[in-house]
Amino acid sequence: MDSVLERINKNQFWKFPGGINPPEQKFLTNDKPIKNLRLPEELILPLKQHIGNTGELLIKVGDKVLKGQALTRSENPMSVPIHAPTSGTISAIKNSVIAHPSGMAELCIFLIPDGEERWVKRNIVENFYSLSKKQIVEKISDSGIAGMGGAGFPTSIKVNTSPGLNFLIINAAECEPYITADDLLIREHSSAIINGIDILDHLLEPKAILIGIEDNKPEAIAALQAASKKNDKIKVCVLPTKYPTGGEKQLIQSLTGQEVPSGVIPRSLGIVVQNVATIFAISEAIINDIPLLRRVVTVTGQALSKPQNVWALLGTPIEHLVEQCGFNQTEKQRVIMGGPLMGFSLPNLQVPVVKTTNCILAPTNAEISPAMKELECIRCGQCADVCPSSLLPQELQWQAKAKEYDELEKLNLFDCIECGACAYVCPSQIPLVQYYRVAKAEIRHNRVQDFKAERAKLRFEARKVRLEKEKVAREEKHQKALAARRAAAKTSEGQANNSAIAAALARVKAKKAQTGDTAMPDATDNADVKSRAAQAIERAKAKKLAQQSSANEVNIADDSKSKAAAAIARAKAKKLAKDKVANADKDSSDPIKASANTKASAETSTAETKLSASDEKKAKIKAAAAKAKAKKLAKEQTQQTDTDNTVPVKASANTEADTETSAAETSVSASDQKKAKIKAAAAKAKAKKLAKEQAQQTDTDNTVPVKASANTEADTETSAAETSVSASDEKKAKIKAAAAKAKAKKLAEEQAQQTDTDNTVPVKASADAGAGAGAGAGAETSTAEIKLSASDEKKAKIKAAASKAKAKKLAKEQAQQADKDNSAPVKASADADADAETSTAETKLSASDEKKAKIAKAIAKAKANKSSAKSTSTSISDDDKKKKISAAISKAKAKKSSPSINQEESE
Amino acid sequence: MEILISIVVFGLIAAGFGALLGYASVRFKVEGDPLVEQIDALLPQTQCGQCGYPGCKPYADAVANGEAINKCAPGGDDTIKKIADLMGVEVQPLDENHSVDNAPKVAFIIEEDCIGCTKCIQACPVDAITGAAKVMHTIIADECTGCDLCVDPCPVDCIEMIPIKQTPETWQWDLQSIDVVQID
Repeated sequence: MDSVLERINKNQFWKFPGGINPPEQKFLTNDKPIKNLRLPEELILPLKQHIGNTGELLIKVGDKVLKGQALTRSENPMSVPIHAPTSGTISAIKNSVIAHPSGMAELCIFLIPDGEERWVKRNIVENFYSLSKKQIVEKISDSGIAGMGGAGFPTSIKVNTSPGLNFLIINAAECEPYITADDLLIREHSSAIINGIDILDHLLEPKAILIGIEDNKPEAIAALQAASKKNDKIKVCVLPTKYPTGGEKQLIQSLTGQEVPSGVIPRSLGIVVQNVATIFAISEAIINDIPLLRRVVTVTGQALSKPQNVWALLGTPIEHLVEQCGFNQTEKQRVIMGGPLMGFSLPNLQVPVVKTTNCILAPTNAEISPAMKELECIRCGQCADVCPSSLLPQELQWQAKAKEYDELEKLNLFDCIECGACAYVCPSQIPLVQYYRVAKAEIRHNRVQDFKAERAKLRFEARKVRLEKEKVAREEKHQKALAARRAAAKTSEGQANNSAIAAALARVKAKKAQTGDTAMPDATDNADVKSRAAQAIERAKAKKLAQQSSANEVNIADDSKSKAAAAIARAKAKKLAKDKVANADKDSSDPIKASANTKASAETSTAETKLSASDEKKAKIKAAAAKAKAKKLAKEQTQQTDTDNTVPVKASANTEADTETSAAETSVSASDQKKAKIKAAAAKAKAKKLAKEQAQQTDTDNTVPVKASANTEADTETSAAETSVSASDEKKAKIKAAAAKAKAKKLAEEQAQQTDTDNTVPVKASADAGAGAGAGAGAETSTAEIKLSASDEKKAKIKAAASKAKAKKLAKEQAQQADKDNSAPVKASADADADAETSTAETKLSASDEKKAKIAKAIAKAKANKSSAKSTSTSISDDDKKKKISAAISKAKAKKSSPSINQEESE
Repeated sequence: MEILISIVVFGLIAAGFGALLGYASVRFKVEGDPLVEQIDALLPQTQCGQCGYPGCKPYADAVANGEAINKCAPGGDDTIKKIADLMGVEVQPLDENHSVDNAPKVAFIIEEDCIGCTKCIQACPVDAITGAAKVMHTIIADECTGCDLCVDPCPVDCIEMIPIKQTPETWQWDLQSIDVVQID
């Protein structure tokens, strides 16, 4: 360091390799002062005049702007604002051709000056030392200052560095043969430049400040030396004229002897280089608060009559500049922006002056001839001799032509400063620099592509991983669901089995009870009979089984109790059936409750009814029905009171959902002077169904009409209804109805009633098999069994069997009558229908003396409805699709029939 | 006796080298096929599937196993040349079935037409489309590889492929030169 300074003090400098000495043309302009031009009619301000990013617009079309007003703004440090160079109106913001060799358009602000030159409010600081360093850097940034030597790097970044530099180098070399802008600027504004240097001195605190200037500018050297006397850190270093001394790396090497390594910025060597025009702009910005609005442009070339340096506002169209310098537009006249060695031809003259524009060259053809035909390289090696970066231009050229980009990088292509010295000396007129530029652009492009490809690859891989994860997660989910389904199926199967078993058990029990009953022929008159019916159930799309259990217990004697068990089926879920029967004394009441719950998608419904009738007894029957996803409920109640007892029985079953069934049944037994009311309500899939029945019995000649209706529904369900009724005075009646299944529905209902010696027992059973589904099922069966035992040592059994497959059906009935006076006609009919099927079960039972028995039938139909009515029966037919209607119809029928029953009974 | 010595000596040498080779084969074992990685590095990673494989890596795999090297349309002749160099095979022209305009493009969703069906999101190999069901989607242009795969699934044809515009930054120099001749 000291030795370097020593040497500098002795004005002994270094040499950089290569370099050329093109003919000087500075005399064209260096003898005239910088001219102020009149305002152009329009200023075109590209948003981007530097390396880095553009800021965001602060103005819009039509806005009036003042001189010095910022037009863009950005938080990004790599972005500097632009300012209105004069006051005026924003006329447009649009794409326009910019000063770029590509001739491409970029976003520009169009400003029409009003000529008033009104300034924004300026904040002039008398003494910049009062500003903090941060404030100074901010000010430099806000003033829009970017390197004015040609690169356009934002100055604020360059000067925003920790202090303690070795060298601050001011580049005043201006080595291009035509340009004199810096020369003139130094001559005219040397004190301002020294002020700018002082600011940077304050900011960067370098050990030494070196002003590098070529020896072909003696006036500027003198001016600088005079102005810099008061600051002894400043050394004006006069260098021999050689192109490209003004290159940053070359200047550093010339002044300090240090070679900036490849890929390293000078700052890491403790060196910052600033162009002299940039220094002037800093001085103006800090001291006078004038942002970068104008610059000195050398307008030169032998095609101009008045070549000179001018103060050009940024945005001034080139045409305006050259016109004022005596430019005569002729065909094929090229205008070059920049020097003859590094500049480029302008696409047109409307492009504006920007911050990096230091020279406009309008040469004659004699001066700079148009491009000549490129010849083969003769391997003369002159290019290598003149290369200031010690590269091998011919090697580079070959590799560039072969697009061997890897090789080019190995040859340090990116150290090429594109000075053009090699092309200048090439005897074969090879445009070497252009090849390098193309290759550099291609390599940069490839780097971007590689980067993008790498990102795409990563994202692709990441996506694959993500999809894989999702897939696994889905599969797991499916597995789980499957397992759950299987487990559920197992349970339901098991339950179905269980319920099948339960049904079987129940049947056995029922038989036993029957036998028991038969074994006890001498039953008392006031016997309590209870009957229980269970109902079963169907299932949805799967198969299902309907079960029923019925239990019949009869206690003869005054204190009898009956218990009924209910069988329950469930699909996936649970089913519950409870029954309780309590029977108290003669005068006591027997509440019977039966509830069945079904749940799950495949459900079953059970309805049970129990009825006990006796003298002065009460019976309550509740049947709970099942539901598909929802619940089903069937309730029945029977009440019996005193001597003149009324026995209202109600059974209602609700079905729901697509796959459920409902069964409802009722049994009623009534005794002397009793009335029985039975209501059965059935419900259905999404709609509801209701069936009601009423039976009334009156007086001495009691009639017990029982009606049971069951509705089945849905595509896949079955319902079974069973009723058993036992009536006493040593009588028992059992009725079982079994119902069917599979995809279809089925229903069987039966009722049996028995009364005393003088009783009439109308039994009605109606079964509806529903609709479209019923038919489709390959396997369906319905069984209806009716057992009826009529007493005085009589028994009646009725069985109704049900149908199968698509078409078959079976109905069986049995009636037994033991006694002399009793007759029990039982009828069972089964109907099969083509598409759909129906099952009808009818039972009739008539018992002797003055008795009548009527049995109603059940009708089922596929899509249609069928109904058959007998004198005292009602049938309710339900159609799947016309549930409501049919329900209404059936109600009406039921109402109609009950009077008829009454009439008959009364007869 | 001399014969015996020589047999022993050569036997020992053979055993020594054998052990050395055995050790080396374990110690310096190469996992996987490095060729696939190398080929994959040359492919443009557009993941466009124009080669008939579901992504660049699968195609690299296929090429390593003898598939034709000329099926990468986005990579074009440059990629074919690179792969040919790597594989030591002849350079082939781009497969005719696959030759498409391989100018760089980026997908663009006409947002007012987008119905938010998410089909393009599912199709995008690099997750460069953002949006949700029934909400307008848009392309993350920086991540888009221009692979075209989102265009077909769109039920309302609201995706178009826009050629990437050249900017002064991405401009490729032409060889128009400004040369200075000596004037004396």
